[in-house]
Amino acid sequence: MSTTEAVLSVKIHLPLQQFPLECRFQAHHEAIVLFGPSGAGKTSVLDCIAGFRWPTRGEIELNGRTLFSSDNGVNVAVRHRRVGYLSQQPALFPHLNVRQNIEYGLLDLSQLERESRVNSALEHFRITSLAASKPAAISGGEQQRVALARTLVCEPELLLLDEPLSALDLTLKSLLLELLFDWQRDRGIPMLYVTHDQQEAYSLSRRVLVMEKGKIVADGEPRAVFSAPFSRERAALSGYENIFEAVIVETHPALGTMTCRVAGTDLMLESPLAHKAAGEAASLALRAGDILVATVRPSGISARNILAGQIEAIEDRAGMVELRVVCGKTTFRVHITRGALQNLELQCAQSVWLIIKTHSIQFLRS
Amino acid sequence: MISPLLLSVKLALVTSVLLLALGLPLAWWLAFTRFRLRFLLEAVVALPIVLPPTVLGFYLLLTFGSRGALGAFWVRLTGHTLAFSFEGLVVGSVLYSLPFAVQPFTAALGSVDRKLLTASASLGASAWRTFWRITFPLALPGIITGFALSFAHTLGEFGVVLMLGGNIPGRTQTASIAIYDNVQNLDYATAGRQSLMLLAISFALLVLINALSRRNGWRLR
Repeated sequence: MSTTEAVLSVKIHLPLQQFPLECRFQAHHEAIVLFGPSGAGKTSVLDCIAGFRWPTRGEIELNGRTLFSSDNGVNVAVRHRRVGYLSQQPALFPHLNVRQNIEYGLLDLSQLERESRVNSALEHFRITSLAASKPAAISGGEQQRVALARTLVCEPELLLLDEPLSALDLTLKSLLLELLFDWQRDRGIPMLYVTHDQQEAYSLSRRVLVMEKGKIVADGEPRAVFSAPFSRERAALSGYENIFEAVIVETHPALGTMTCRVAGTDLMLESPLAHKAAGEAASLALRAGDILVATVRPSGISARNILAGQIEAIEDRAGMVELRVVCGKTTFRVHITRGALQNLELQCAQSVWLIIKTHSIQFLRS
Repeated sequence: MISPLLLSVKLALVTSVLLLALGLPLAWWLAFTRFRLRFLLEAVVALPIVLPPTVLGFYLLLTFGSRGALGAFWVRLTGHTLAFSFEGLVVGSVLYSLPFAVQPFTAALGSVDRKLLTASASLGASAWRTFWRITFPLALPGIITGFALSFAHTLGEFGVVLMLGGNIPGRTQTASIAIYDNVQNLDYATAGRQSLMLLAISFALLVLINALSRRNGWRLR
């Protein structure tokens, strides 16, 4: 992060229904992901910055301009904030065609300037052929590209994106992200991107703010942020498909590990050492993609957890296969590639071995 | 001298144009305000639907007469009373047909997706520009409905006109009054002709609106 003056500086206090929104952060010329479970207050943060909602206390500055200040009684109108906003619904004007939608925010420009900007946006977002179409006549992915173009031609000083791609399929998503990023790189607009998809968070940005119950609870690089102990809601969101209640049986401080028994079963798991004593309860989380599958018992391997189990179900998912494997009384969800499934010739009811590295096991905050 | 039928059409046209000008801002306010006592104003607007026209006409007669405050002011301004004049009929008709314009206007403006309005604002548009470029075009079917309903409703007006305008041929004798008058005088032939014309105009109007609405994908209930 540079030491220059922040582009965006946000301090917000706003009582919401369940809890107060209480957050402060600064942004430079960068893309920031605002990550958290739904209802954490992410959208409210964007609404306050865009001017759709007003904090009861707080201060919002953009490029040295005060957009909102409760102390000084400043509240700049939405249309003067120069903040672009895009949500999951493209909100295109249904009675205007694609070209008219895109040039909507460019009223003050000369005809020539307006046309050249609209044309370059149409080209960049690959929608030139749709220019004369009405929004109802084009697909959802195309609508979202038009909405993005419409927001970006106005050259906002900040771009707010509220899960803009969550209604689109994977291929469209990556195309749009690519187009968005090319644009962002060329112009260096700071971007605040709300999502609850961890994959998106990884691919989008080098900085993630994690929000929970109205507060920012983590701020940093995606890898660091996502590997710290966290709450149950976030674990479920972050692709930790396996969450177990466990009891600590024994600690091995010298080895840096602990032995945990999954509650109600005989299943033992070796986990990283945590600030807990034998007999205490703990919640463990484990990514389905971090579990290895073998058809014979492996030997000479560093992983400390090697469990015998039986395949209960095989489900084809987008881009991978999910196995459900029963080990004693515990069911593990395991993600493998289609290639691995074919190679191992896995079948339902087949006996397999699950291999879990000690450090793949995460403790959840109680 | 202007015929009763033409007078009715003129009254209906002036009234519905005035209601468009006055009703739209009122409807916009009703659709978007967060004012707590809005329901009171809504009730006032809806009152002419349930009030007997004679009651409305009676109060207007008192207000418009030369002894009423407004009536006295009008006399000083123009030299004649507001009651028993075409202008008086216009004011009465505007009040009488108010809900038939304002209610469809309010519903139409209120049904425009708020997301479009916030999108417009975040693209830098003023409230004025947002209204004319987004809200108005999208609410247009409902606005046309309100215009047509207030026109048709004024065309068929009887009680208010009778109380307020009397029955002065060429000034305040509208078609519906003339028909009544002719029946009283046992002139069934003229009454029949006038009735048929009124029926034809009303029917043609509804056919036109429904044809328009079918083309635009909306309907007059």
